[in-house]
Amino acid sequence: MRREGSPWQGLGTVTIKELADHLSSARMRVLEWLVVLTAVAALYGAIQQIKDTTAEDPFVFLRLFTVARAPLPSFVSILGFLIPLMAIGLGFDAVNGEHNRRTLSRILSQPIYRDALLLGKFLAGLATLAISLVCLWLLVIGLGLLLLGVPPSGEEVARSLIFLLIALAYAGVWLAVAILFSILFRSPATAALASLGLWLFLALLWPMFAGAVAQVIAPPDLNYVLLGQPSPGTLAWQQGFERLSPTQLFAEAVIAVLSPMTRSLGMVFISQLEGAVMGQPLPLAQSLMLAWPQAVGLIAATILLFVIGYVAFQRQEVRA
Amino acid sequence: MNENVIEAAGLTKRYDAAIAVDGISFAVGRGEIFGLLGPNGAGKTTTILMMLGLTDISDGAVRVLGFDPQREPLAVKRRVGYLPDQVGFYDHLTARENLAYTARLLGFDPDERNALIDAALSRVRLTDVADKRVATFSRGMVQRLGLAEIVMKRAEIAILDEPTSGLDPQATEEFLDMIRALKSDNVTVLLSSHLLERVQRVCDRVALFQAGRIALIGSVAELARQVLGGGFAVDVEAAGDGLAERLAAVAGVSAVERPAPEHYRLLADRDVRPDAARAVVAAGGALRRLSVEEPSLDAIYTGFFQGQTAENEGARDAA
Repeated sequence: MRREGSPWQGLGTVTIKELADHLSSARMRVLEWLVVLTAVAALYGAIQQIKDTTAEDPFVFLRLFTVARAPLPSFVSILGFLIPLMAIGLGFDAVNGEHNRRTLSRILSQPIYRDALLLGKFLAGLATLAISLVCLWLLVIGLGLLLLGVPPSGEEVARSLIFLLIALAYAGVWLAVAILFSILFRSPATAALASLGLWLFLALLWPMFAGAVAQVIAPPDLNYVLLGQPSPGTLAWQQGFERLSPTQLFAEAVIAVLSPMTRSLGMVFISQLEGAVMGQPLPLAQSLMLAWPQAVGLIAATILLFVIGYVAFQRQEVRA
Repeated sequence: MNENVIEAAGLTKRYDAAIAVDGISFAVGRGEIFGLLGPNGAGKTTTILMMLGLTDISDGAVRVLGFDPQREPLAVKRRVGYLPDQVGFYDHLTARENLAYTARLLGFDPDERNALIDAALSRVRLTDVADKRVATFSRGMVQRLGLAEIVMKRAEIAILDEPTSGLDPQATEEFLDMIRALKSDNVTVLLSSHLLERVQRVCDRVALFQAGRIALIGSVAELARQVLGGGFAVDVEAAGDGLAERLAAVAGVSAVERPAPEHYRLLADRDVRPDAARAVVAAGGALRRLSVEEPSLDAIYTGFFQGQTAENEGARDAA
């Protein structure tokens, strides 16, 4: 049956209200301090490392993001860890919180569709994450200018901005996961636990499982085992499984964009490297092509998860 | 009251196996206070949600102000105010901010918004705490804030789901007064409750729900006549000879009891006080006290369902 009236009515109002809630919440402040402090620590490590090993690197600025100095991980890998935490923190009580505060049926009895409420919440979460990420990005660029004394080139700025967009898509995946669980589970604690559990599973355990499952599906070829090399069949399966995890997709896309020397994200045969000028950076467009499938994968995962949540929310009874 | 603002015909809501609302039909006129009464789980809230388009209708149809809530929910929800059972507001926002959010969802202009919010808050006597966070409010204040939202919305129909549950007697009384005030603004009020005694005083007509069906519908006096065969008990204290016979002859009186000497209790189908007074005086008796007990919904409800309970239990077990 067709319904009359725009599903977007009230979307702006919901988004602005949720955004204001996020930005003024204590939860957000805790998360931001967590991110800023760890990021500054990682940056400090990176700058020390860069100062010690300055060579004629044309992309010294991008190294800020990727270089690690033990015991601290690089800025990018810290973000890969903290973005899901932030996104889950913002989304885990999106819908069940309204249920539990008994505001849901009151809000839905105003002239808006459920579409506007759900999308408004998602967009507000995404906008909050975007604001935080842009702030972090400015912090990195500013610290880099001060401490390295080298201005970033145009291409470096472009690459780091693309990195920002990929990070946002990655945040979107986890925000959609959190909101989906907030629809499926009535208790916010359960939703938070489920989201965090899924995140830890995909970030820490899945890479190990992927290798094990790949070996079962495509047992290593004896010829390669004798040579001490991984066999291509197994490796392809393993990589395929690993890429089911958004963490892996984010890591690969970021490497392609922030390390211009990266030529391939999969395995490469020696024969394929014939004629390649090793160590030369790829042009921006080529790096982008390399990261494109991963970026699309992240965006598609966001949309898919949001749609599942949307359908579940539409079919849910509003009564408490 | 000539125009019907809500018309339901054969309204049905089925969950997988169970039937929550089973083919109910009713009509509510403009400016009426209509009570949906019955025990918890009798289908009152589900009926309300179907009228608002918040849950799908399995069968039958309902029209609210001429709109179909399934197809035009936004039009319905713009004109109908809903106060859910145990309504909640955003704790971290003030009363005014909460109403401002609703006003923005309703698409009110910023200019008229503030005036409407102030007027609504003063109407429910929350002006003093308008800028306090809702977290500090008592249950009664939250409930009143919910009513303020309906007032601000300038709703033509106010649907109140269990508005007095969890309120202390004084807060309940205040709240019922506010509901009467809504009626004087020509707002149609739909009131659901399982507390029969409290709401019977404000309702013009009631529908008694039982297991997803409307068992009885009409004004309290009508129902009393229908079910109890009369329901007014008039107490007469008077001295005189042969009063019992005289009183029994009054039109509308079905029986006369005599709990004490010079105390007569008349069971009647309407308020027969004037006639009883005339009868006593005409017999030369000395009238000392005359009072009437209105029929109570509780009595009607129990009276009606006494015969049916066993049958319903059987039906429920079968389902």
